[in-house]
Amino acid sequence: MIDTIEREILINAPIERVWEIVTTPEHMGRWFGDAGATRQGDVITMAWEKHGEADLEVVREEPPNVFAYRWDANVKEAGKTLVEFTLNAEDAGTRVRVVESGFASLTATDAVRNELRDGNSEGWKHELGDLERYAATVAV
Amino acid sequence: VTTDVFTALADPTRRRVLDLLAEHGHGTATTLAAELPVSRPAVIKHLAVLDRAGLVHATTAGRERRYRVDEAQLARAVAQLSGVGAAWDGRLQRIRRIAEHIQRGGTEKDD
Repeated sequence: MIDTIEREILINAPIERVWEIVTTPEHMGRWFGDAGATRQGDVITMAWEKHGEADLEVVREEPPNVFAYRWDANVKEAGKTLVEFTLNAEDAGTRVRVVESGFASLTATDAVRNELRDGNSEGWKHELGDLERYAATVAV
Repeated sequence: VTTDVFTALADPTRRRVLDLLAEHGHGTATTLAAELPVSRPAVIKHLAVLDRAGLVHATTAGRERRYRVDEAQLARAVAQLSGVGAAWDGRLQRIRRIAEHIQRGGTEKDD
């Protein structure tokens, strides 16, 4: 059963810069949401023009290396997953690794879980093609 | 895939109903109630929720409705979860674009 999704990217900017972009509402409202973000205490509220809002509950914040939160925006009402960002300086740039975990404890049938495990990589291949085309059209 | 699908899947009895239908290929409220710790009227209500979510489909079999799992709809629910990885790829790309743009001396606003 898949419980964890991991992705990483190498960014040609110093770690302090990347940390700021990953963790501050001002920037999260652009790369994550598309209608802004606000923070009160440990809760960051993300907004999307077409998908409403989602609350991120910050659980770890160790600048400039570790930022983690729990949220339930992937699958509403099925439970929360944990998202952990790890930043490491690499040469003149920064490697960002993101791990989202807890999918196994979301409420879903065994059949769904099995299909998720078996069909998962194929699904990503299809989605990645769409994403690349989409990313090319998104201005920063 | 709508929220209805995940709401339908969130209930343990309905997940058991889906498991039984998948296991036997099909079933009616009567056959399902015989294998579940709930009444036949309760099973009928659960089947109605699954039907609205598109996770099962019914055909008439004599005096009863015979239900089967809609594997395509189930697969779409799965696909939504598998799209999570692609969503992260997109977000990381946007983080990189913003960071490298600012690093090159641009401000956030001058695209």
